[in-house]
Amino acid sequence: MSLTGTPLSPQRRRFLQDSARAAGGCVVAGSLLAWLARDARALPAEALRPPGALPEEAFLSACIRCGLCVRDCPYDTLKLAELGVDAVATGTPYFTARDVPCEMCDDIPCVAACPTGALDPGLDNIDDAKMGVAVLVDQENCLNFLGLRCDVCYRVCPVIDEAITLETAHNDRSGHHAMFIPTVHADRCTGCGMCEKSCVLPEAAIKVLPARLARGSSADHYRKGWEEKEAHGGPLVEGIIDLPDRLPGPGTDNLTTPGGFTPSYDLPGVGQ
Amino acid sequence: MSARTHLPVGQEAIQVKGWIGAHRFLLLRRTSQLFFLALFLLGPWFGVWVVQGTLAGSLTLGVLPLTDPLILLQSIVAGHWPELTALIGGLIVLVAYALIGGRVYCSWVCPINPVTDAANWLHRKLDLPKGWQPKRSTRLWVLATVLIVSALTGVIAWELVNPITMLHRGLIFGAGFVWAMIAGIFVFDLFVSRHGWCGHICPVGAFYGLIGSKSLLRVSATNRAACDDCMDCYAVCPENQIISPALKGKPGTTPLILSPDCTNCGRCIDVCAVDVFNFTHRFDDHVAAPSDPVPAPDARAARPI
Repeated sequence: MSLTGTPLSPQRRRFLQDSARAAGGCVVAGSLLAWLARDARALPAEALRPPGALPEEAFLSACIRCGLCVRDCPYDTLKLAELGVDAVATGTPYFTARDVPCEMCDDIPCVAACPTGALDPGLDNIDDAKMGVAVLVDQENCLNFLGLRCDVCYRVCPVIDEAITLETAHNDRSGHHAMFIPTVHADRCTGCGMCEKSCVLPEAAIKVLPARLARGSSADHYRKGWEEKEAHGGPLVEGIIDLPDRLPGPGTDNLTTPGGFTPSYDLPGVGQ
Repeated sequence: MSARTHLPVGQEAIQVKGWIGAHRFLLLRRTSQLFFLALFLLGPWFGVWVVQGTLAGSLTLGVLPLTDPLILLQSIVAGHWPELTALIGGLIVLVAYALIGGRVYCSWVCPINPVTDAANWLHRKLDLPKGWQPKRSTRLWVLATVLIVSALTGVIAWELVNPITMLHRGLIFGAGFVWAMIAGIFVFDLFVSRHGWCGHICPVGAFYGLIGSKSLLRVSATNRAACDDCMDCYAVCPENQIISPALKGKPGTTPLILSPDCTNCGRCIDVCAVDVFNFTHRFDDHVAAPSDPVPAPDARAARPI
């Protein structure tokens, strides 16, 4: 009796067994591969992608790891991640600002070299690049924060006076000097890393971080009253009575502030 | 059992055709592999920029873009539509291999091939058992898995482990620990599974096999009537399941090796002392009559393999 074609046929049984075995093997292998793929997304904070790089998840679907961007980089800024050496997805391009920063070439040769669009060809002005955001991470060691005039990060910034400005502040330590605080403006900072590279300290006090680490975000519903008022050209609500501001007095702790409010009565424990 | 059964594989061919003649395609193939590697290395080593990039994607003489079509396919299923340059490059590669045989890439270009060939050579010298032999279709399952994982994770998945591009990139850009992966493949092919990586697992080979399944360039057992059953071709062929249909086919069947698994390496042509095989095109299915100038020698005891 032939069982061919019936549910009991040995061919059918073997086919089902083989398929199940192959599918099982594929699920195991595929899971390992998927685990690697998830792992690959964890880009270390020091590793910066080239200008125009798509957001990391899209980048890993687009970069074929050919190295053409590395070849066309005239300053040898870019390198390809090596297996087991760099924590970046193997073979993808990145740079470390403290080693070799991006020189921000006008013609952006790395983007022009990319065959797949992993580096967005829509980036035609290098000043619009967003490789990261510089952050003055160590205010305790930054020389300018100590009241000195180092200014190196500010001087080397290719977008000087826009991406980094020096904001004056009172130097409480000396009492009569100004401090010139290097201040990064994230909307203009390209993340090229010239400031981090040039910081004179043994370990840079200013570092380029990926935007996800460097930046907070404002809540959508927040409004700055002073901006709204200025845009409106006056108070937003008519007829508001401007009550007098409360002056220092009882219940506050600055009774002895020079030139402050002197109460007409003495409070116990307040040395006069 | 005659003394001949203990001859090393290819010994008769060497006696008949000389060492060079019996290694013609092997030498050509090594030359080709070195040539393609040298093209990529001329730039970084000597500053002569003929080809930039790697096997994943390259630019030749500043004008000819080439892209690995499997990587492009993964990129597309991962959700990225590549720019035109990469698509054109992928199309050129696709068409070229569709014509000359997809797995020509495996035996004439791929830098892993010398590694697995070396492992197989040593395997044969040490007379090791063939070991774990998963089905030949395993690589197709791996290929499907790679595409599914790419689609699910949005990452070009095989490039996370692909030893071909890793070795190639490693030689050109700096290797890191790629040598450990290459050593792993060597050991796998030597001790765990004969022809294991290239013959059973590698999804790149599976993909190139698929693109070349209707290719023009074919090996044909035109002179199969002269076969003396020495089995040397079976011993050297990395995909020896493909030989029998052509070599041992009944009269009237095609002598062409039409399997997409054939890598067109030409080793069967090299090791055959009676010149059964030759390169031809897929429409040339003529079979030399037994009365051809090369007469069939007397049949003799088959060499055990």
